[in-house]
Amino acid sequence: MDLLNNLALGFSVAFTLQNLAYAFFGAMLGTLIGVLPGLGPVATIAMLLPSIYALDATPALIMLAGIYYGAQYGGSTTAILINVPGESSSVVTAIDGYKMARAGRAGPALAAAGVGSFFAGCVGTIIIAAFAPPLTELAFKFGPAEYFSLMVLGLIGAVVLASGSLVKAISMIILGLLLGQINTDVISGVPRYSFDIPELTDGIGFVTIAMGVFGFGEIIANLGVHISQREVFTKDVKGLMPTKEDMKRAFPAILRGTALGSLLGVLPGGGALLAAFAAYTVEKKMGLKPGEVPFGQGNIRGVAGPESANNAGAQTSFIPMLTLGIPPNAVMALMVGAMTIKGIQPGPQVMTSNPQLFWGLIASMWVGNAMLIILNLPLIGIWIKLLTVPYRFLFPAIMGFCCIGLYTLNNSSFDVFMGAIFAVVGYVFYKLGCEPAPLLLGFILGPMMEENLRRALLLSRGDWTTFGTRPLSAGLLLAALALIVIVMLPSIKAKRNEAFQDEA
Amino acid sequence: MKIKSERDFWSGLMFLGVGLGFAWGATFYSFGSSARPGPGYFPFGLGILLALLGAFTLFEALTIETEDGEKIGAWAWKPLIWITASVAVFGYALPRLGMVISLPLLIVVAASAGDEFKPKEALVNAFILTLGSWLIFIVGLKLTIPLWPPFLGR
Repeated sequence: MDLLNNLALGFSVAFTLQNLAYAFFGAMLGTLIGVLPGLGPVATIAMLLPSIYALDATPALIMLAGIYYGAQYGGSTTAILINVPGESSSVVTAIDGYKMARAGRAGPALAAAGVGSFFAGCVGTIIIAAFAPPLTELAFKFGPAEYFSLMVLGLIGAVVLASGSLVKAISMIILGLLLGQINTDVISGVPRYSFDIPELTDGIGFVTIAMGVFGFGEIIANLGVHISQREVFTKDVKGLMPTKEDMKRAFPAILRGTALGSLLGVLPGGGALLAAFAAYTVEKKMGLKPGEVPFGQGNIRGVAGPESANNAGAQTSFIPMLTLGIPPNAVMALMVGAMTIKGIQPGPQVMTSNPQLFWGLIASMWVGNAMLIILNLPLIGIWIKLLTVPYRFLFPAIMGFCCIGLYTLNNSSFDVFMGAIFAVVGYVFYKLGCEPAPLLLGFILGPMMEENLRRALLLSRGDWTTFGTRPLSAGLLLAALALIVIVMLPSIKAKRNEAFQDEA
Repeated sequence: MKIKSERDFWSGLMFLGVGLGFAWGATFYSFGSSARPGPGYFPFGLGILLALLGAFTLFEALTIETEDGEKIGAWAWKPLIWITASVAVFGYALPRLGMVISLPLLIVVAASAGDEFKPKEALVNAFILTLGSWLIFIVGLKLTIPLWPPFLGR
């Protein structure tokens, strides 16, 4: 069995003391930032990128992955306890979870979220291990036209989920793609949009944008809101154990959520958020058994389903990144950046050229998930305490780490100044209701997309129909088109607005 | 003509302007042909596309009714200026004054952007964070960050 051999290799890598330590550190840190509202995994991973220069590729990626799923986990903790979803994907969890907490059943809610996440994480890991190799095979058949079409699908898929106007979200992608054009053209060697500034001929660092927009921009936005609306309240958590009845109800929801999440996570742009929304809808559609609490008033299924789904989705969203080198969301985009920093070209060849890294990372996800459940259930009390750290101590700390990180990118002040510029840009986006995540995705994919587009056109001698006549490419483009049409349909549009209303 | 959605109006204007700007900038680079696309090919197309989407957003902002006019609301000038300034000052000061001076400077200036600023707390915070950063980044990760001002002759 190849699968077992590969997993064995992975576990032998993941179970070294060093890698266990980094998985632990990542998961803890992820939980921490997931608990703290206003500090997301994107900003944190961006902050930590400079530090991975000092690490090997495998522990570095293991740590970053840990932050990612740790944040999913931490985000749901605050969603349940204080109705503040730390992450966008736990927005749904807050609906029923917070109601349960209000009714004194925070323990069972947290346990259902934890157990559901863990189960989903295990299944997700197995799915990655099983499906990554065949997908990698497929990826080798991809030409430039297919890659281009796949990126179009990925980008469209990502914005289908953005709240607010679809046109604005697509505009943000294109803005990101354009910012990615500030570089030296790879084919002709001409510097573009550099305004004779030598630093700009290497392009803007994506860390700079991520920190400026997600780090500083968010801080400015947070400070602009009056304290009274920012304050968070703590609550006592008693009685962790769910009753037998709880488990009986939650378990099928966990199974459904996991299946749905694994499926949606693989789709480019799908990921955790969509999975959580879909799972909640499914649970609602399943109807109520006699004696059950209605949805929206503290139904445990409304916590278990979406939580399992978002964790499974978070897990399987690694598949497009690992097999094709195409990031389905902003966090994965940063992971791709981290790989590039470590000199690994992301793409289908990673599995054969760096099997230790590939399988080690996969195995470490399972290890990390196990650590999360063992650690977090007893530690919930501490996480709550953390919420009492006032924002006025927190945000200068974030600023300090970000600024040092910016400086160490190239040991130059230029990146720090760029960060300041993007702080303003980020605040403008916030004020205008433009979501920045699609911009970052576009920015990362921009150069790749251009290269593939130009290569495809070269190969077809300037014939644009090449994207429609090659079956794989045509299929991917059709799927992208279908996504847009589906979102535009009046009935879905109404549902989508409704779903995002809870977020506001 | 009345603006129905302030946010979309300005977003549309921003996309339109930036798109046209990039497209105009692309005309300075060789466009090439479809069979042999030059460095200006992709950005020109993207710029035009962004401008079109911007124009569409603008059009919608002027025609489609919204409930509250989607106002942009008051700008948080104080945090905007202080936070941005603190970052810029840090960038300027770090190579010249070292981390020991520029990091506390950053933290105190940034902290003063908040509406519950207490100088004493900010100083304590600055001290702890500088010590922590020294331990993490310079001792732990061995990054090359200037610690002391160069004129101290290190």
